[in-house]
Amino acid sequence: MEFKLKIWRQKNASAKGKFENHTLKNVSAEMSFLQMLDYLNQQIIESGGEPVHFEHDCREGICGSCGLYINGRPHGPVTHTTTCELHMREFEDNSTIVIEPWRSKAFSVIKDLVVDRSAFEKVIRAGGFVNVNTGSAQEANNIPINKKISDRAFDAAVCIGCGACVAACKNSSAMLFVSAKVSQMAMLPQGKVEAKDRVEKMVAKMDEVGFGFCSNTYGCEYDCPKGISVEFIAQMNREFFSARVCKSKR
Amino acid sequence: MSKKGFRLSSLSHKYVMAAAGAFLMLFLISHLTTNLLLLAGDGGEKFDQAVEFLLTNPVIKIVEYVLFAGFIIHIILGVIIELHNRKSRPVGYKVALKSDTSAFSRFMIHSGIIIFIFLLIHLYNFFFVKLGLFPVYGGAESSHDFFPMVVVTLQNPVYAIIYIVSFVFLGFHLKHAFQSAFQSFGLNHDKYMPAIKVVGTIYAVVIAVGFSIIPLYFLFLYK
Ligand code: HEM
Ligand code: SF4
Ligand code: FES
Repeated sequence: MEFKLKIWRQKNASAKGKFENHTLKNVSAEMSFLQMLDYLNQQIIESGGEPVHFEHDCREGICGSCGLYINGRPHGPVTHTTTCELHMREFEDNSTIVIEPWRSKAFSVIKDLVVDRSAFEKVIRAGGFVNVNTGSAQEANNIPINKKISDRAFDAAVCIGCGACVAACKNSSAMLFVSAKVSQMAMLPQGKVEAKDRVEKMVAKMDEVGFGFCSNTYGCEYDCPKGISVEFIAQMNREFFSARVCKSKR
Repeated sequence: MSKKGFRLSSLSHKYVMAAAGAFLMLFLISHLTTNLLLLAGDGGEKFDQAVEFLLTNPVIKIVEYVLFAGFIIHIILGVIIELHNRKSRPVGYKVALKSDTSAFSRFMIHSGIIIFIFLLIHLYNFFFVKLGLFPVYGGAESSHDFFPMVVVTLQNPVYAIIYIVSFVFLGFHLKHAFQSAFQSFGLNHDKYMPAIKVVGTIYAVVIAVGFSIIPLYFLFLYK
């Protein structure tokens, strides 16, 4: 296969950046999208240029680091698929592929296609955890949990923190990510204890780091590689409301 | 959002926005019901009675203030949210987003602005006359005698078209707004959401078509 690539190149966070064109021949249909970029970089290195920087780690859809905005869709054209699990056979031979970094005030470009997603970290640090006593964990089966609830908590917990929801949202809102994290813990007995505090702190941090406001357009759900449902956004809306209305001052 | 002191969270913006919008949606039902009396073919007798009731009822007086507050709050928050969201992506994409979202949801501010402009025209036609800011017209006996003013306004094809086009955009706004308000209040449930969306679409169509019938009637049928 052969492709024309239009790739965003930017030296550093303060540089201006521009699109760079490449033609890549002899691409195999079985290559993953990242392998295709590796292949391109090899070609660039051999001709003495600077390789395209992009983020990746697990290459099996679980770490969330590989987000690229491909032809107008975060993680490319295949639904429920991360960039690393996308294959070149999904693209038309001889077509042009435009590759851009996530665009959002809260995710600034560090270099080329790599963006700073520490805004997500800050939201998690604000409350996305469960406080437990030190010492060894108790026997997990001591706490009975309804199967439906544990399944649902798991549906939220599969979020890999990739940021595609922010990239896909016309408002750059992080509601899908934050709501997945809030809901996952609010549903389980260990997390329920701090649920009200948690949702308030995480939402406050989400606003502070510069994400947009949700307007329920649901582009996030469409482009989330893990199929996180916007029902979790509704759940967070309930959690936050009850925290604001019901929480006592003491 | 860096100001100290009173700060509304993003979610609270949405609750207030949705509450004001929900109130406006209820108002639209009552407004449409009253206005359909214009079609009774009785020279406006039933309509006048309804207006008389609304103008003299003290509860309605209070509701009218709530209505104004609702509009103002809804519009101001809508603009604040829109401006904030525009700032949230300072560098845009070269290839526009292809995510599958409904056009109604993407153009809420645009349909909203069209409704706002219509609102000003509509207030100029009737409400400001009632307040005495503009003289009565169409042979109306008093500033509360709306029927003759309605006839003159809606028999004018320019106004009739402005009204109908605005109602279509109002329908677009409501198509997204109805279910969006449920989502904002956290009332999204896999069992009920499909039904909520259907009811919202029906509501949007009924409001847009229902209001549009009135100018059409005065333009083509009323003698
Ligand atoms: C009778 C008139 C109107 C009704 C019944 C109405 C109703 C609603 C409702 C129920 C929502 C959903 C709220 C939510 O997302 O939770 C909404 C959203 C919205 N409305 Fe209106 N609205 C009206 C007029 C206007 C006007 C005049 C504007 C002027 C700017 C406007 C701007 C907006 C915007 C921008 C949104 C989207 C808010 C967001 O992004 O979250 N609306 N409307
Ligand atoms: S909700 Fe989906 S799109 Fe957003 S960070 Fe999690 S996995 Fe990625
Ligand atoms: S590289 Fe880990 S999810 Fe793609």
